[in-house]
Parts: sequence; C-alpha cells; structure tokens
Amino acid sequence: MAAGTLPERAGVAWREPVDARALRARGRLWTLSTAAHSVPFVATAGLLVGIEPGLAPVSALALAHAWAIPELYANRGAKVVRPQRRGDAAAERTALGLLGDLIGHEARELHARTGLVAERGRLGVWLVGEAGALLVRPGGRRVLCWCVRADDASLPSADRTAHLLLALREDETGFATVANLAFSGATWRVARRLAPGMRPALRAAARMARG
Amino acid sequence: MDRTGHTTLAEWSAADDAAFAAAAEAFREQLDAGYYAVVSEGEGQARQVTALPADADLVILRRPIAGG
Repeated sequence: MAAGTLPERAGVAWREPVDARALRARGRLWTLSTAAHSVPFVATAGLLVGIEPGLAPVSALALAHAWAIPELYANRGAKVVRPQRRGDAAAERTALGLLGDLIGHEARELHARTGLVAERGRLGVWLVGEAGALLVRPGGRRVLCWCVRADDASLPSADRTAHLLLALREDETGFATVANLAFSGATWRVARRLAPGMRPALRAAARMARG
Repeated sequence: MDRTGHTTLAEWSAADDAAFAAAAEAFREQLDAGYYAVVSEGEGQARQVTALPADADLVILRRPIAGG
C-alpha cells in the first residue's frame, strides 16, 4: 500500500478509489435514481388530471409520493451525523480538549454550537460527526452523506469525531472509499432533515464550498 | 484515544534514550493491539507512522475506522 494511504483501505480492496471523478459519477447516478423514482408519479399526476379533473385528489397523492421519496432518502443521509449516546462526562470533557487541540478556532466554535467539525479537503468541505460525515462539494449545491465510524463504541463522542478527523486528514480519498455512501443530493434537502442545531454547520460548509 | 478521553502512554525526548526506548516499546504494544499511530501536522494534515518518531511533539493512537 502506498505511503499516505489509509490502511483501512485494505479491508475494502475491491472498491475503486473515490476521487473527484468518482464523486461526480455517483452524484449523477443518485440524480438519475431520484428522477426514476419521482418522475413516474409526477407524470401519473399530470395524466390523471388531464383525463379527468375530478381525479385531482389522486393526482395530489401522486405528487406527494414524488416529493416524499427523495425526502426519505435525504433523511437517511442526514441520520449519519445524528448525535450518539453520551458517555462519562469527565471522559467527554477530556476528549473534547484533545479534539479542540486538533482544530482551529473557527472549527472549534462551530463544533461547540453544532457538534460537527468543518474540514476543508480537496474533494470539498467535510462536516465530520461522531459516526458519519457530510461532504459538501465545491459550489455548495450537492452534499454526500457518508456512514463511517471508529470501531470502538465505548469512545467518548469527541474522540469518535477525532478518530474520523485524523483518518480523513491522513487520506481523504481513502476515507471516502472506506465509508459507505448513504445519500447524495441537494444541500437544501439534507439541511431540512438535519437536527435544527446542526443546520448552521451545513450552511457554513456550503459557504466555504462556494468560496 | 480511549474510553477515558485519552491516556498519555509515554513521554520521551530525543536526548533521553531510556525514555525513548520505553516509549517505543509502549508504541509497538499499541500497534500490536490494533491501533494506528498518527502524527498531526497542523490543520488539515496528518501522517500515519509505523515507528515512533523521536522528534514528534505528539503521536496519537487511533482505532481503525469502517463504513457503518
């Protein structure tokens, strides 16, 4: 394995490295998949009203389905950064101190407010949580939600974040290769599904990604 | 990093051979236990090491990660 390569990549050797090109391809696939789920419902709604205006309530139901399906996927994506169970308070404080030493003032302040650490990478701006990460792509319009965690559930919350952050800093492509993609789609759609306290982090990351 | 937040396993200096040897021994034990060693190189950068660097200010031992 090459120097600077995340050693965990050996465990998923069959996966192609997730670089910028792979991310664009995955983004397109997710868009196509979303369209494939939603367009038939929209077409059905239009057709029903066209055939018989009295079927408008049924059309409305079809449109609701078209709207709900991407929302459900986005909800699955937003869940990757859902806060986990807290452990011993003293351990949490100690872990928070170490995490704070690894990041700058702005990231520390954002983490204190939202529980997420913002980290600029080559692939975009990452928001690292305890058991997952969001990647806001350059431009800020698309976000990818990754499910990834340290293999010790007993770690304090800030330690779980620090483990992921260090792995990300070692090898960004490796990090995205090891992680499982839960969702790729519009930033606004994921923002609606995040816990309200976390939304400022996504807004900040989108601003960074546009800058 | 562990369940207590973190534990200092060893402290050493390049000038103190005995302390460095003890630290290197503790380091190897942790690698054998499945930890990875990382040297933070400022914001946005970290480097995995497989031997204890005598000149590093801080070496952090982390658990492996996996897709959830």
